[in-house]
Amino acid sequence: MIDNEQVEILLNDVLENHGYDFLEYSPASIKRRIIRLYGLDNFVSFAEFRYTVKTDKQYFKRFLEEITVNVTEMFRDPSFYKSLRNDVLPVLGTYPFIRIWVAGCSTGEEAYSLAIVLKELNLLHKSLIYATDINPSVLEKAKKGMFPLSYLKQYSENYLQSGGLKDFSAYYTANYSLAKFDESLSSKMIFSTHNLVSDHSFNEFQLILCRNVLIYFDKGLQHKVFNLFDSSIEKLGYLALGSKESLEFWPKAREYKRVKMEKIWRKL
Amino acid sequence: MAQTIDSASCEALIIGGSAGSLDVLLEIFPALRKDIRFPIVLVVHRKPSNESLLTDLLKSRTTLAVGEAEEKEFLAPGKVFIAPADYHMLIEEDRSISLDYSEKINYSRPSIDVTFQAAAEVFKEKLVCILLSGSNSDGVEGLKCVNSFGGKVVIQNPDTAIMPYMPQQAALNVVPNIILDSRDMADYINKLND
Ligand SMILES: C[S@@+](CC[C@H](N)C(=O)[O-])C[C@H]1O[C@@H](n2cnc3c(N)ncnc32)[C@H](O)[C@@H]1O
Repeated sequence: MIDNEQVEILLNDVLENHGYDFLEYSPASIKRRIIRLYGLDNFVSFAEFRYTVKTDKQYFKRFLEEITVNVTEMFRDPSFYKSLRNDVLPVLGTYPFIRIWVAGCSTGEEAYSLAIVLKELNLLHKSLIYATDINPSVLEKAKKGMFPLSYLKQYSENYLQSGGLKDFSAYYTANYSLAKFDESLSSKMIFSTHNLVSDHSFNEFQLILCRNVLIYFDKGLQHKVFNLFDSSIEKLGYLALGSKESLEFWPKAREYKRVKMEKIWRKL
Repeated sequence: MAQTIDSASCEALIIGGSAGSLDVLLEIFPALRKDIRFPIVLVVHRKPSNESLLTDLLKSRTTLAVGEAEEKEFLAPGKVFIAPADYHMLIEEDRSISLDYSEKINYSRPSIDVTFQAAAEVFKEKLVCILLSGSNSDGVEGLKCVNSFGGKVVIQNPDTAIMPYMPQQAALNVVPNIILDSRDMADYINKLND
């Protein structure tokens, strides 16, 4: 078993040798990921694990992929997408151009869901979605826009519950076990790596989505990331978080107003 | 079997349940003392669509404060924390709650194993974990871990479980401190407070 001290040693090595800083992640969840990987890859000692992570560039790629949690879904939390559709995007529709940042986009399901809603509101042509993640390999998948066909039944149920108006299957073509989403959706997306811990603001947006990423960060790091978002959102722009995340304890939260019951805040 | 409970030492109680466990919970909660001095955490498998049902049902059955666990909230004595549907729930060294949206474990999120394992390390011998009715084997690995850190393992008597498989698997794989009929659970928990 790996103890807390060893976790810290490992994460310090990772920072020093690879430049990725996981020291302010929630300790219990990062530890669980590390123990999981150690078991999956059949290491026999912590020393061997540590040495491999530290020195083997190829293995570190795997470490990064497995240490981050990349689980995602299309139209996850239908009521959230309903609120985007009815309350948020129509307001943004009055702008000549809409810039959206999906931070921690994983394999892209969220970005494609958003693009579908924009398309149905007839706003996609004047929108640009910047989708970023720390993990380069999920971005490769996201660019392809192909998701396992077996999940599509669930996704289309979510879509309908979120207020979707079309036949969901109109947005993809089935290709063996994969559903390939229409390229008109991905043509409005820019994928790029971005580390919320160490990278800076790179544009001003009218909407930032960062859902189910901050649960992995400790309170201090959450506040740093809120500051990063604050400097990246235009006045009257929106910030959307995951269903269990909140701006509540962040000192500048007063400058934001909650949109209805959803985890969406508007910058005043 | 350990009938005398070294009770001053309970710093957290975690109850895991799946199919058939709701009845037991609804039997336990009305009979609990009002002055329980440790936090109670519930990890119960259910459909995400019925988000608040469990919380509402329990609220109507007890005077203890009941709520869905919030991210980074601290476990507080005498409060009941329900692991939210579709997230795993971990406990940090500082006794705050971390939620985690990673792969399902035993086809379940929240997984009982995940919470038992995280709590085992934090509370060590001051942890009590109860596994109730269910039809998969979630919770068994977690109980093994609780056992190895010196925490107490309590299993519902499979004969009194609507779905006996889960407590049966536990009883086959872990040496429990005690096996209890569902109607004796509340009394056992109240005594942890003495
Ligand atoms: C659980 S997924 C959430 C995906 C999607 N937003 C959703 O809610 O379904 C979390 C994502 O955050 C990414 N992530 C973790 N740490 C990050 C960081 N420091 N900067 C950017 N992305 C990060 C992970 O790689 C992962 O893809």
